[in-house]
Amino acid sequence: MPNGAKPVLQVRGLKTVFRTRTGEVHAVNNVSFHLQRGELLGVVGESGSGKSVTMMSLLRLLPAPPAEIRAGEVLLNGRDLLQMGADELRDVRGGKVGFVFQDPMTSLNPVFTVGMQITEALRKHMGLSKAAAETRAVELLQLVGIPDARKRLKAFPHQFSGGMRQRVMIAIALACDPDVLIADEPTTALDVTIQAQILELVKELRAKLGMAIIWITHDLGVIAGIADRVMVMYGGQVVEQAPVRELFANPQHPYTRALLKTIPKISGEREARLKVIEGQPPMLSAAPSACPFRERCEYRHDRCNAENPLRRAVDGREVGQGHDVACHWQAPAPAARETAHA
Amino acid sequence: MLTYVLRRLFIAIPTLLLISVVIFFLVDLAPGSPASEIPLTVPPEVRAKILESLGVNAPFHVRYLLWLKQFFWVEPMYAIDYLFGTDYAQGAQRIISYSSRSPVFNIIIERLPQTLTVIGTAYAVAILIALPIGIYSAYRQYSWVDQLGTFVSMVGYSVPTFFTGVVLIVIFAVKLQWFPSIYDTTLRITDWGSLWKQIHQMILPVAVLGLYNAAEISRYTRSSMLENLSQDYVRTARAKGMSERVVVLKHVARNSMIPVVTIIALGLPGVFGGAIVTEQVFKINGIGAALIGAIHANDLPMVQTITFITAILIVTFNLIADILYGVLDPRIRYD
Ligand SMILES: Nc1ncnc2c1ncn2[C@@H]1O[C@H](COP(=O)(O)OP(=O)(O)OP(=O)(O)O)[C@@H](O)[C@H]1O
Ligand SMILES: [Mg+2]
Repeated sequence: MPNGAKPVLQVRGLKTVFRTRTGEVHAVNNVSFHLQRGELLGVVGESGSGKSVTMMSLLRLLPAPPAEIRAGEVLLNGRDLLQMGADELRDVRGGKVGFVFQDPMTSLNPVFTVGMQITEALRKHMGLSKAAAETRAVELLQLVGIPDARKRLKAFPHQFSGGMRQRVMIAIALACDPDVLIADEPTTALDVTIQAQILELVKELRAKLGMAIIWITHDLGVIAGIADRVMVMYGGQVVEQAPVRELFANPQHPYTRALLKTIPKISGEREARLKVIEGQPPMLSAAPSACPFRERCEYRHDRCNAENPLRRAVDGREVGQGHDVACHWQAPAPAARETAHA
Repeated sequence: MLTYVLRRLFIAIPTLLLISVVIFFLVDLAPGSPASEIPLTVPPEVRAKILESLGVNAPFHVRYLLWLKQFFWVEPMYAIDYLFGTDYAQGAQRIISYSSRSPVFNIIIERLPQTLTVIGTAYAVAILIALPIGIYSAYRQYSWVDQLGTFVSMVGYSVPTFFTGVVLIVIFAVKLQWFPSIYDTTLRITDWGSLWKQIHQMILPVAVLGLYNAAEISRYTRSSMLENLSQDYVRTARAKGMSERVVVLKHVARNSMIPVVTIIALGLPGVFGGAIVTEQVFKINGIGAALIGAIHANDLPMVQTITFITAILIVTFNLIADILYGVLDPRIRYD
């Protein structure tokens, strides 16, 4: 382990399947990763690559049925969340792990005040009195940059703008001083300037509070700005994982390479993002026995059809610790390092 | 909110006036004459006199205006006099039933308790049963409770009450003899024994009507719960570590109840109108039975008055439902 520190979160061999009427959907396939204290892990991948399902599986937030976690372990501070009793798990949710969801417009309960929705978690996890919880809620709203916080406690979600609601969601997720904050595309539903504000806010909060963050996004540009390490997902699998500079400088997986090419040079050309990769995302109807990216891959060869590649180390370090990739193709060594975007 | 309510009340006045004209007109068009209720042995001159005294032969608009005045002016006076022992009415002509020759409102007051106890209890029982069933069957969709609930609701909602009523009577009153088949309206509750008797005789009609109402309300509750259970905020509540109890009974139910409360409020005027069929089947001497009797007897004032009171209640409860909606849903602001 780097620095010899134990990771706050360690996920091994996670497998999540949806049982639907038309058959099984293997949404998450043998996903492993870890998260160090205070680290920001960026997770990228196109729509349907299993980012959300992976993160929701960690806290068992998916409705079962149809979701079923088939295998794996999710160790938070060494304790397996997948084996935990329901009561204990609820102490983790909103306590040790905070979650911010994609769509701030629908993620808050429309009939309760924002104050109630924040204090509810505080009272449960920290056992605060009503008054103490309200005081803390005011602090939290101030922390996430909502002006006139005490008055806003009594406001309902519809009285906030999208950006403000996402700030409220972040306040809720941070309420009980979590060790881990999972942010599932927290800015996708917001317009560009608000996105930038939320990003700034998270950077600032991270510096101030020092929790570990998992940041899910479509946008490699965002990742370059905030992440320490990046995990690229495709077809429910981790296809590449590396420290952020390394990934941008020396991408190994054809998918990652294609992704990097799609980043607009000048931020603002948002249309040009991921859609330019030719082909369709894979059907996840069977446990993959071949590389999920093969249909769209320019380097495909026979082995790609026969065998789903395992993650292998690129830089000689243990898989997961340095730079690793799940690909049969060997990328040529980069000519020079100055091509890095980061 | 207040201005909204006032505005709505203001709009309600022309609406109700229009309804009253239409009711009056339609009832008036109906074939048959109150004269047919007068025994044939009565000599023609006397018969004409009686009809005259009832005001039957006056032109339509005269009768309508008279009725309007009686309904909105004279009858409230009598009510005030009755309550406070005053004498504002000063013997003014009340709305008189053609067939019984007594004031229509007296008959209604007399019949109302029967209707309210039986139909009202049935409605209350229906709500108490329907809400938990609706909530649970949505939360455990496709469980056996849900399947059973769906089946019973389908039956309860699609089989007419005259059929369920008769079936229950045949099984529980005739075959098993557990309950009486006819409701005794003269029963007075004086002690535990008579109270028990009253409850006993209410069980079958309450079951018939309760099943019907519960079917509707539980379906509404279930679909409203289902709709809300799949909302994002539910996942947020779970991600905050809230217990299933809090998630379902607080977060989801609070949202789901908004349309359900409206439906319940809109159903309340029906309690006054009585369940005509159920009252008929169990021979309950309530408002519904009075209305049916009046229709058979061409008792126009009675029919008009009961129908119009029902119309007033419907308009009122529509307003109440809208206000409740605004109270329960913070996104709605009336102004
Ligand atoms: N309830 C469900 N039933 C069946 N399949 C599902 C369900 N939820 C998700 N999936 C499937 O799981 C796969 C991964 O979905 P997921 O939401 O994790 O994608 P994502 O990477 O988060 O995409 P996005 O960027 O659009 O949020 C998709 O193929 C999706 O079709
Ligand atoms: Mg997602």
